[in-house]
Amino acid sequence: MIIAIASGKGGTGKTTIATNLAMCLQKPVRLLDCDVEEPNCHIFLNPDLDGGERATLPVPVIDEGLCNNCGECGRICQFNAIVSLKTKPLVFPALCHGCGGCMRVCPTGAISEEGREIGTVETGTSGHIEFVQGRLDVGQAQSPPLIRAVKRHIAEEGVTIIDCPPGTSCPVIAALKGCDYAVLVTESTPFGLHDLKLAVATVRLLHLDFGVVINRATPHDVMVREYCKKERIPVLLEIPDDRRVAEAYSRGKLIVEAVPELRESFERLCCAIISRIQHRDAAPIPCAGTTPGVS
Amino acid sequence: MKELVVISGKGGTGKTSLTASLAALAGDAVIADCDVDAADLHLLLSPKVLKVEEFRSGREAVIRPGDCIACDVCRDVCRYDAVRPVFENGRKAHYAVDAIACEGCGVCVRFCPEHAIDFPERVCGEYRIGETRFGPMVYAQLGIGAENSGKLVSTVRKEARAIADDGNARWILVDGPPGIACPVIASITGSSLALVVVEPTLSGIHDMERVLELTRHFALPTFVCINKWELNPQMTQEIEAAALAAGVSLAGRIGYDRAVTDAQIRGLTVVEHGGRAAEDIRAVWAALADAPGAPAAPATMEV
Repeated sequence: MIIAIASGKGGTGKTTIATNLAMCLQKPVRLLDCDVEEPNCHIFLNPDLDGGERATLPVPVIDEGLCNNCGECGRICQFNAIVSLKTKPLVFPALCHGCGGCMRVCPTGAISEEGREIGTVETGTSGHIEFVQGRLDVGQAQSPPLIRAVKRHIAEEGVTIIDCPPGTSCPVIAALKGCDYAVLVTESTPFGLHDLKLAVATVRLLHLDFGVVINRATPHDVMVREYCKKERIPVLLEIPDDRRVAEAYSRGKLIVEAVPELRESFERLCCAIISRIQHRDAAPIPCAGTTPGVS
Repeated sequence: MKELVVISGKGGTGKTSLTASLAALAGDAVIADCDVDAADLHLLLSPKVLKVEEFRSGREAVIRPGDCIACDVCRDVCRYDAVRPVFENGRKAHYAVDAIACEGCGVCVRFCPEHAIDFPERVCGEYRIGETRFGPMVYAQLGIGAENSGKLVSTVRKEARAIADDGNARWILVDGPPGIACPVIASITGSSLALVVVEPTLSGIHDMERVLELTRHFALPTFVCINKWELNPQMTQEIEAAALAAGVSLAGRIGYDRAVTDAQIRGLTVVEHGGRAAEDIRAVWAALADAPGAPAAPATMEV
């Protein structure tokens, strides 16, 4: 069972939801931090991390002794990562998407591939949570290959939670693909609503079932509630605009620990998500809370 | 002319609210929203749209079912798992390309033995040029799930640059995207200075360190300002110390003020709405307006 935590807008509380949800789920639970540009789950979970594995993207290497300057490699490359103008090809590894086209098309077998390092995948544990995170090297442009490397750690059993990057473009798609359910986190402001609509369009494009969590909710800011009602989108949880929550976050504390009365809300959120997935999924998974079926 | 780009690493720290206010204070700036995934600046600046342009970038593979002999070559050469069989009456009839997964590399197009794969240009979004109460504005919307956000960012900056050149504007103000990868790199290369907006949280300091490493990588003069600083005064001091240690300048602190949200709900900038935070933002602008910084140069990297 794979649950993605996403949002169009950044800073709405994805990491808060992902980490606190993981705390409230029974074992086995695995949390994958796929916000590889700015991974923050570790701040709240303090996992014991191993040294990690370097993730690589295949890039071409030219054997100039075999190259006959035919230029086929430059012609097939759509990303300007390999250029050959009746000369030995020049490779620009930072632009390469690793499609392998140049190697396939080379008639003399002059092109092989080597792994270009783009980041690190680290694994560890924090209490009952199995933890995996990707950390993109600073200066690298492409995050989707690293996100896919992190997702190779999706658990066979139990629940895997994926903390997604913000936005609506290729990194988010890489994180959301293959998930069973998406939780879209937003705040009840004009920016929050505008970007929620983009996030909704993204999960609908991928045909994912989804619900919304409203963070920093106040009684009078009703625009997100009204939008969800009109669109028949379930509001799974509202986290009140509470200074204790903000301060706990600022110190890297989990809110289910800092504000104990919110623990029950998160347990209900676990049950709500799991019962929605189980409408399609046969294998039952025990949930922590007491009142399933909130929608 | 100088180009200031507002970034943060971490999302939701207040880039857009701050950029809008800086536009109000600058007077004669050209404004560019480079958060092309989730652009919000137009919600505050309400531009009158003068021009809408399609953003075309890259290509996508499209298999003609009638010409496909289901030979598996396209599936085997695709490294993005984008080619899927289509079954009819229980047998594999032909292949189809999942447009969302396709990276547009063209390898299947080249190796299809039947030449059954078309490779049209892809529309990846649009960009708009408009006029706001503070000056011209360029903003964009990347198509949902689209690739090439870096190229759309470069397009937005190029358009803003052309308008600024024409009108002899003193500033280009760029509202940047969150993160540190492709669209951020495209936003900062060749600009004059960066303003990093940080919130006083552990996540904020962690993300700031990575984004400062990035601006150092591109040798970009950088300022840091702390937003909602009273949320954690001790963390604010730590962030300021870390920023100074990293060799960047401080542009001030902005207080936590409900007026920022109220301004957003009214569709106004914070400095138009007024309040304590508005005064803090004026001080930030004063620090930036006289800052040294190289004149804006064209973006050097398209990713």
